[in-house]
Amino acid sequence: MAYLRAFGSWLPERIVTNEELAPQLGCTPEWILEMSGIRERRYAAADESVATLGLRAAEKCLSNAGIAASDIGFILVASGSSERFCPGPASEIAAKLGLTATPALDIPVASAGSLIGLALASQLAQQYGRMLVIGAEVMSRRVSLTPEGKNTAILFGDGAGACLVDANEGQLRIADSLLSTDGSSAEILAVENGQLRMEGQSVILQAARKLPRAISDLLARNSVAAESVEKFLLHQANLNLITRIAASLKAPAEKFFTNIDRYGNTSAASMLIAADEYFSVNPAHTGPIVFSAFGAGINWGALLAVPV
Amino acid sequence: MEDRERILKVLNAVSGKDLAPSDDESLFTSGLLDSFALADFVSGLEDEFGVRIPDSDLSARKFDTIQKVKEYLAAKR
Repeated sequence: MAYLRAFGSWLPERIVTNEELAPQLGCTPEWILEMSGIRERRYAAADESVATLGLRAAEKCLSNAGIAASDIGFILVASGSSERFCPGPASEIAAKLGLTATPALDIPVASAGSLIGLALASQLAQQYGRMLVIGAEVMSRRVSLTPEGKNTAILFGDGAGACLVDANEGQLRIADSLLSTDGSSAEILAVENGQLRMEGQSVILQAARKLPRAISDLLARNSVAAESVEKFLLHQANLNLITRIAASLKAPAEKFFTNIDRYGNTSAASMLIAADEYFSVNPAHTGPIVFSAFGAGINWGALLAVPV
Repeated sequence: MEDRERILKVLNAVSGKDLAPSDDESLFTSGLLDSFALADFVSGLEDEFGVRIPDSDLSARKFDTIQKVKEYLAAKR
Protein backbone atom coordinates (compact mmCIF):
# COMPACT_ATOMS: atom_id res chain seq x y z
CA MET A 1 0.00 0.00 0.00
CA ALA A 2 1.06 3.60 -0.61
CA TYR A 3 -0.71 6.83 0.15
CA LEU A 4 -0.56 10.44 -1.02
CA ARG A 5 0.08 12.17 2.27
CA ALA A 6 1.00 15.78 1.47
CA PHE A 7 1.90 18.17 -1.32
CA GLY A 8 3.91 21.37 -1.56
CA SER A 9 4.94 23.79 -4.29
CA TRP A 10 7.10 26.78 -4.95
CA LEU A 11 6.93 29.39 -7.69
CA PRO A 12 9.56 32.03 -8.38
CA GLU A 13 8.50 35.59 -7.55
CA ARG A 14 9.02 37.09 -10.99
CA ILE A 15 5.85 37.14 -13.09
CA VAL A 16 6.32 37.37 -16.86
CA THR A 17 3.12 38.41 -18.59
CA ASN A 18 2.21 37.88 -22.23
CA GLU A 19 2.49 41.65 -22.60
CA GLU A 20 6.14 41.52 -21.52
CA LEU A 21 6.99 38.44 -23.56
CA ALA A 22 5.21 39.19 -26.83
CA PRO A 23 7.53 41.98 -28.13
CA GLN A 24 10.59 39.78 -27.68
CA LEU A 25 8.92 36.98 -29.62
CA GLY A 26 7.46 39.09 -32.40
CA CYS A 27 3.86 38.20 -31.63
CA THR A 28 0.90 39.61 -29.71
CA PRO A 29 -0.27 38.86 -26.16
CA GLU A 30 -3.61 37.81 -27.58
CA TRP A 31 -1.99 35.25 -29.89
CA ILE A 32 -0.13 33.67 -26.96
CA LEU A 33 -3.38 33.38 -25.01
CA GLU A 34 -5.28 31.93 -27.96
CA MET A 35 -2.60 29.34 -28.74
CA SER A 36 -1.97 28.20 -25.19
CA GLY A 37 -4.46 29.54 -22.66
CA ILE A 38 -1.49 31.11 -20.84
CA ARG A 39 -1.65 34.67 -19.49
CA GLU A 40 1.53 34.72 -17.44
CA ARG A 41 4.30 32.47 -16.14
CA ARG A 42 7.08 32.67 -13.54
CA TYR A 43 10.78 32.95 -14.30
CA ALA A 44 13.49 31.99 -11.84
CA ALA A 45 15.92 34.65 -10.64
CA ALA A 46 19.58 34.42 -11.58
CA ASP A 47 20.49 32.89 -8.23
CA GLU A 48 17.76 30.24 -8.41
CA SER A 49 18.21 26.77 -9.89
CA VAL A 50 16.29 23.53 -10.35
CA ALA A 51 17.67 22.37 -7.01
CA THR A 52 16.81 25.54 -5.07
CA LEU A 53 13.25 25.57 -6.43
CA GLY A 54 12.92 21.86 -5.69
CA LEU A 55 14.22 22.39 -2.18
CA ARG A 56 11.61 25.08 -1.47
CA ALA A 57 8.79 22.83 -2.68
CA ALA A 58 10.18 19.94 -0.62
CA GLU A 59 10.30 22.07 2.51
CA LYS A 60 6.70 23.17 2.05
CA CYS A 61 5.61 19.58 1.46
CA LEU A 62 7.38 18.38 4.61
CA SER A 63 5.86 21.25 6.58
CA ASN A 64 2.38 20.36 5.29
CA ALA A 65 2.97 16.74 6.31
CA GLY A 66 4.33 17.74 9.70
CA ILE A 67 7.45 15.62 9.41
CA ALA A 68 11.19 16.31 9.40
CA ALA A 69 13.50 15.70 6.45
CA SER A 70 15.18 12.96 8.48
CA ASP A 71 11.90 11.01 8.30
CA ILE A 72 12.21 10.63 4.51
CA GLY A 73 13.31 7.23 3.26
CA PHE A 74 13.95 8.04 -0.39
CA ILE A 75 13.93 11.10 -2.68
CA LEU A 76 13.01 11.12 -6.37
CA VAL A 77 13.58 14.32 -8.36
CA ALA A 78 12.08 14.74 -11.83
CA SER A 79 13.46 17.43 -14.11
CA GLY A 80 14.20 17.94 -17.78
CA SER A 81 15.99 21.24 -17.29
CA SER A 82 18.61 20.60 -14.61
CA GLU A 83 21.77 22.63 -14.98
CA ARG A 84 23.98 19.56 -14.63
CA PHE A 85 23.22 16.15 -16.05
CA CYS A 86 25.27 14.08 -13.63
CA PRO A 87 24.99 14.31 -10.74
CA GLY A 88 21.60 15.90 -11.15
CA PRO A 89 19.58 17.92 -8.65
CA ALA A 90 18.46 15.00 -6.44
CA SER A 91 21.69 14.69 -4.48
CA GLU A 92 21.96 18.47 -4.12
CA ILE A 93 18.42 18.73 -2.75
CA ALA A 94 19.07 15.87 -0.34
CA ALA A 95 22.22 17.58 0.90
CA LYS A 96 20.39 20.91 1.33
CA LEU A 97 17.77 19.04 3.38
CA GLY A 98 20.61 17.92 5.64
CA LEU A 99 20.49 14.30 4.50
CA THR A 100 23.82 12.54 3.99
CA ALA A 101 22.81 8.91 3.53
CA THR A 102 19.23 8.95 2.26
CA PRO A 103 19.04 7.67 -1.32
CA ALA A 104 18.18 10.39 -3.82
CA LEU A 105 17.64 9.59 -7.49
CA ASP A 106 17.09 11.76 -10.56
CA ILE A 107 14.40 11.13 -13.14
CA PRO A 108 15.58 13.18 -16.15
CA VAL A 109 12.23 13.20 -17.92
CA ALA A 110 10.64 16.53 -18.83
CA SER A 111 6.90 16.80 -18.19
CA ALA A 112 6.06 13.17 -17.37
CA GLY A 113 8.87 12.80 -14.81
CA SER A 114 6.79 13.52 -11.72
CA LEU A 115 4.12 11.02 -12.78
CA ILE A 116 6.87 8.41 -13.17
CA GLY A 117 8.12 9.47 -9.73
CA LEU A 118 4.72 8.92 -8.12
CA ALA A 119 4.31 5.53 -9.79
CA LEU A 120 7.77 4.40 -8.68
CA ALA A 121 7.23 5.78 -5.18
CA SER A 122 4.04 3.77 -4.82
CA GLN A 123 6.09 0.60 -5.36
CA LEU A 124 9.14 1.60 -3.31
CA ALA A 125 7.22 2.91 -0.29
CA GLN A 126 6.93 -0.56 1.21
CA GLN A 127 10.70 -0.76 1.48
CA TYR A 128 11.60 2.88 2.14
CA GLY A 129 8.60 4.13 4.08
CA ARG A 130 8.27 7.78 3.13
CA MET A 131 9.07 8.72 -0.46
CA LEU A 132 9.52 12.39 -1.35
CA VAL A 133 8.76 12.98 -5.04
CA ILE A 134 9.82 16.35 -6.44
CA GLY A 135 9.32 17.90 -9.86
CA ALA A 136 11.41 21.02 -10.45
CA GLU A 137 12.11 22.97 -13.62
CA VAL A 138 13.80 26.14 -14.84
CA MET A 139 12.50 25.89 -18.39
CA SER A 140 13.00 29.61 -19.07
CA ARG A 141 16.70 28.87 -19.63
CA ARG A 142 15.92 26.09 -22.12
CA VAL A 143 13.88 28.18 -24.57
CA SER A 144 14.89 30.83 -27.06
CA LEU A 145 13.25 34.19 -26.37
CA THR A 146 13.35 35.19 -30.04
CA PRO A 147 10.80 35.24 -32.88
CA GLU A 148 12.31 31.97 -34.15
CA GLY A 149 11.68 30.33 -30.79
CA LYS A 150 8.25 31.76 -30.07
CA ASN A 151 6.23 28.56 -30.56
CA THR A 152 8.09 27.02 -27.64
CA ALA A 153 8.95 30.10 -25.60
CA ILE A 154 5.33 31.15 -25.12
CA LEU A 155 4.55 27.92 -23.30
CA PHE A 156 7.09 27.44 -20.57
CA GLY A 157 7.60 28.69 -17.04
CA ASP A 158 9.59 27.79 -13.94
CA GLY A 159 8.48 26.20 -10.69
CA ALA A 160 8.55 23.17 -8.43
CA GLY A 161 6.12 20.79 -6.79
CA ALA A 162 6.51 17.98 -4.29
CA CYS A 163 4.52 15.06 -2.94
CA LEU A 164 5.09 12.85 0.07
CA VAL A 165 4.13 9.24 -0.65
CA ASP A 166 3.79 7.33 2.61
CA ALA A 167 3.56 3.58 3.11
CA ASN A 168 1.17 3.92 6.03
CA GLU A 169 -0.95 7.07 6.00
CA GLY A 170 -2.50 9.65 3.72
CA GLN A 171 -5.80 11.02 2.44
CA LEU A 172 -5.66 9.05 -0.80
CA ARG A 173 -4.42 5.55 -1.57
CA ILE A 174 -2.57 4.98 -4.82
CA ALA A 175 -4.70 2.25 -6.35
CA ASP A 176 -2.99 1.75 -9.70
CA SER A 177 -0.72 3.34 -12.27
CA LEU A 178 0.05 2.89 -15.92
CA LEU A 179 3.34 4.02 -17.49
CA SER A 180 4.39 3.77 -21.15
CA THR A 181 7.39 4.74 -23.25
CA ASP A 182 7.67 4.99 -27.03
CA GLY A 183 11.22 5.90 -28.00
CA SER A 184 10.41 5.72 -31.72
CA SER A 185 9.01 9.25 -31.46
CA ALA A 186 11.64 10.62 -29.07
CA GLU A 187 12.85 13.18 -31.60
CA ILE A 188 9.69 15.27 -31.40
CA LEU A 189 10.55 16.53 -27.91
CA ALA A 190 14.07 16.74 -26.51
CA VAL A 191 16.46 18.93 -24.54
CA GLU A 192 19.73 18.99 -26.43
CA ASN A 193 22.77 21.22 -25.99
CA GLY A 194 20.90 23.13 -23.32
CA GLN A 195 17.92 24.01 -25.51
CA LEU A 196 14.45 22.55 -25.76
CA ARG A 197 13.57 21.31 -29.23
CA MET A 198 9.94 20.51 -29.89
CA GLU A 199 7.81 19.62 -32.89
CA GLY A 200 4.71 21.10 -31.31
CA GLN A 201 2.20 19.78 -33.82
CA SER A 202 3.45 16.21 -33.50
CA VAL A 203 3.61 16.47 -29.71
CA ILE A 204 -0.01 17.61 -29.55
CA LEU A 205 -1.04 14.91 -32.02
CA GLN A 206 0.65 12.18 -29.98
CA ALA A 207 -0.59 13.48 -26.63
CA ALA A 208 -4.16 13.96 -27.87
CA ARG A 209 -4.27 10.27 -28.70
CA LYS A 210 -2.14 8.67 -26.01
CA LEU A 211 -3.39 10.40 -22.87
CA PRO A 212 -7.13 9.69 -23.26
CA ARG A 213 -6.31 6.09 -24.08
CA ALA A 214 -4.05 5.71 -21.02
CA ILE A 215 -6.64 7.27 -18.72
CA SER A 216 -9.46 5.17 -20.19
CA ASP A 217 -7.46 1.96 -19.84
CA LEU A 218 -6.55 2.77 -16.24
CA LEU A 219 -10.13 3.61 -15.30
CA ALA A 220 -11.52 0.54 -17.06
CA ARG A 221 -9.21 -1.92 -15.38
CA ASN A 222 -10.17 -0.45 -12.01
CA SER A 223 -13.90 -0.35 -12.84
CA VAL A 224 -14.03 3.42 -12.34
CA ALA A 225 -16.31 5.53 -14.53
CA ALA A 226 -14.95 8.85 -15.75
CA GLU A 227 -18.03 10.62 -14.37
CA SER A 228 -17.26 9.37 -10.87
CA VAL A 229 -13.79 10.90 -10.85
CA GLU A 230 -13.54 13.84 -8.46
CA LYS A 231 -10.76 15.60 -10.35
CA PHE A 232 -8.32 15.03 -13.18
CA LEU A 233 -4.94 16.53 -12.31
CA LEU A 234 -3.05 16.60 -15.59
CA HIS A 235 0.34 17.89 -16.62
CA GLN A 236 -0.41 21.50 -17.53
CA ALA A 237 0.93 21.43 -21.08
CA ASN A 238 -1.61 23.53 -22.94
CA LEU A 239 -5.17 24.51 -22.08
CA ASN A 240 -6.41 23.52 -25.53
CA LEU A 241 -4.93 20.04 -25.09
CA ILE A 242 -6.54 19.58 -21.67
CA THR A 243 -9.90 20.62 -23.14
CA ARG A 244 -9.46 18.14 -25.96
CA ILE A 245 -8.60 15.31 -23.56
CA ALA A 246 -11.72 16.08 -21.52
CA ALA A 247 -13.82 15.88 -24.67
CA SER A 248 -12.19 12.60 -25.72
CA LEU A 249 -13.06 11.10 -22.33
CA LYS A 250 -16.57 12.58 -22.52
CA ALA A 251 -15.93 14.14 -19.12
CA PRO A 252 -16.94 17.69 -18.18
CA ALA A 253 -14.10 20.19 -18.58
CA GLU A 254 -14.80 21.39 -15.00
CA LYS A 255 -13.44 18.08 -13.71
CA PHE A 256 -10.02 19.02 -15.07
CA PHE A 257 -8.05 21.29 -12.79
CA THR A 258 -6.12 24.01 -14.61
CA ASN A 259 -3.71 26.69 -13.49
CA ILE A 260 -1.79 26.97 -16.74
CA ASP A 261 -3.12 30.49 -17.26
CA ARG A 262 -0.99 31.66 -14.30
CA TYR A 263 2.12 29.47 -14.50
CA GLY A 264 2.40 28.25 -18.08
CA ASN A 265 3.83 24.80 -18.71
CA THR A 266 6.27 24.05 -15.88
CA SER A 267 7.06 20.64 -17.36
CA ALA A 268 7.76 17.99 -14.70
CA ALA A 269 6.72 20.39 -11.94
CA SER A 270 3.28 21.23 -13.29
CA MET A 271 1.25 18.21 -12.16
CA LEU A 272 2.50 18.45 -8.58
CA ILE A 273 1.96 22.22 -8.46
CA ALA A 274 -1.59 21.64 -9.71
CA ALA A 275 -2.12 18.93 -7.08
CA ASP A 276 -0.82 21.16 -4.29
CA GLU A 277 -3.13 24.00 -5.32
CA TYR A 278 -6.14 21.73 -5.71
CA PHE A 279 -5.72 19.83 -2.44
CA SER A 280 -4.97 22.98 -0.44
CA VAL A 281 -8.53 24.18 -1.09
CA ASN A 282 -10.17 20.74 -1.43
CA PRO A 283 -8.90 18.71 1.52
CA ALA A 284 -11.94 16.38 1.64
CA HIS A 285 -12.47 13.92 -1.18
CA THR A 286 -15.66 12.82 -2.90
CA GLY A 287 -14.18 10.40 -5.40
CA PRO A 288 -11.08 9.11 -7.15
CA ILE A 289 -8.34 11.44 -8.39
CA VAL A 290 -6.65 10.81 -11.73
CA PHE A 291 -3.14 12.06 -12.45
CA SER A 292 -1.83 11.99 -16.00
CA ALA A 293 1.13 13.34 -17.94
CA PHE A 294 2.89 13.17 -21.29
CA GLY A 295 6.44 14.23 -22.04
CA ALA A 296 9.90 13.67 -23.42
CA GLY A 297 10.85 10.14 -24.27
CA ILE A 298 8.05 9.86 -25.25
CA ASN A 299 6.83 8.91 -21.80
CA TRP A 300 3.23 9.04 -20.72
CA GLY A 301 0.77 7.47 -18.35
CA ALA A 302 -1.80 7.87 -15.62
CA LEU A 303 -2.20 7.15 -11.93
CA LEU A 304 -5.36 6.50 -9.95
CA ALA A 305 -5.70 7.52 -6.29
CA VAL A 306 -8.82 6.71 -4.26
CA PRO A 307 -10.10 8.23 -1.01
CA VAL A 308 -9.26 6.25 2.12
CA MET B 1 -15.10 9.95 -55.20
CA GLU B 2 -11.38 10.60 -55.72
CA ASP B 3 -9.04 10.50 -52.76
CA ARG B 4 -8.46 14.26 -52.98
CA GLU B 5 -12.18 14.96 -52.66
CA ARG B 6 -12.52 12.57 -49.74
CA ILE B 7 -9.53 14.15 -47.98
CA LEU B 8 -10.98 17.62 -48.58
CA LYS B 9 -14.30 16.45 -47.18
CA VAL B 10 -12.60 15.45 -43.92
CA LEU B 11 -10.48 18.58 -43.91
CA ASN B 12 -13.39 20.95 -44.37
CA ALA B 13 -15.47 19.14 -41.77
CA VAL B 14 -12.64 19.42 -39.23
CA SER B 15 -11.75 23.03 -40.00
CA GLY B 16 -15.25 24.32 -40.58
CA LYS B 17 -13.91 26.08 -43.66
CA ASP B 18 -14.64 25.52 -47.33
CA LEU B 19 -11.19 25.81 -48.84
CA ALA B 20 -9.48 23.78 -51.54
CA PRO B 21 -5.71 24.04 -51.18
CA SER B 22 -3.47 22.68 -53.89
CA ASP B 23 -2.00 19.23 -53.30
CA ASP B 24 1.40 20.54 -52.21
CA GLU B 25 0.20 23.52 -50.16
CA SER B 26 0.80 23.35 -46.42
CA LEU B 27 -2.45 22.71 -44.59
CA PHE B 28 -1.06 24.62 -41.62
CA THR B 29 -0.03 27.82 -43.39
CA SER B 30 -3.21 27.72 -45.49
CA GLY B 31 -5.18 28.07 -42.26
CA LEU B 32 -7.05 24.79 -42.55
CA LEU B 33 -5.26 22.99 -39.73
CA ASP B 34 -3.70 23.87 -36.43
CA SER B 35 -2.10 21.56 -33.87
CA PHE B 36 -5.42 20.64 -32.34
CA ALA B 37 -7.44 20.21 -35.53
CA LEU B 38 -4.72 17.85 -36.76
CA ALA B 39 -5.78 15.19 -34.26
CA ASP B 40 -9.38 15.42 -35.54
CA PHE B 41 -8.13 15.32 -39.13
CA VAL B 42 -6.23 12.07 -38.50
CA SER B 43 -9.25 10.51 -36.78
CA GLY B 44 -11.47 11.67 -39.65
CA LEU B 45 -9.15 10.06 -42.19
CA GLU B 46 -9.35 6.77 -40.30
CA ASP B 47 -13.14 6.86 -40.45
CA GLU B 48 -13.41 8.04 -44.05
CA PHE B 49 -10.87 5.59 -45.47
CA GLY B 50 -11.42 2.70 -43.08
CA VAL B 51 -7.76 2.55 -42.09
CA ARG B 52 -6.06 2.51 -38.71
CA ILE B 53 -3.24 5.02 -38.32
CA PRO B 54 -0.82 3.70 -35.69
CA ASP B 55 0.82 5.94 -33.10
CA SER B 56 4.18 5.40 -34.77
CA ASP B 57 2.83 7.33 -37.78
CA LEU B 58 1.57 10.29 -35.74
CA SER B 59 3.93 12.89 -37.13
CA ALA B 60 2.58 16.20 -38.37
CA ARG B 61 4.99 15.99 -41.31
CA LYS B 62 3.08 13.01 -42.71
CA PHE B 63 -0.20 14.91 -42.86
CA ASP B 64 0.71 18.50 -43.67
CA THR B 65 -0.21 18.47 -47.37
CA ILE B 66 -2.91 16.71 -49.36
CA GLN B 67 -0.22 15.06 -51.49
CA LYS B 68 1.45 13.54 -48.42
CA VAL B 69 -1.89 12.33 -47.12
CA LYS B 70 -2.69 10.74 -50.50
CA GLU B 71 0.66 8.97 -50.56
CA TYR B 72 0.29 7.83 -46.97
CA LEU B 73 -3.17 6.40 -47.57
CA ALA B 74 -2.05 4.73 -50.81
CA ALA B 75 0.75 3.00 -48.91
CA LYS B 76 -1.73 1.78 -46.31
CA ARG B 77 -3.84 -0.05 -48.88
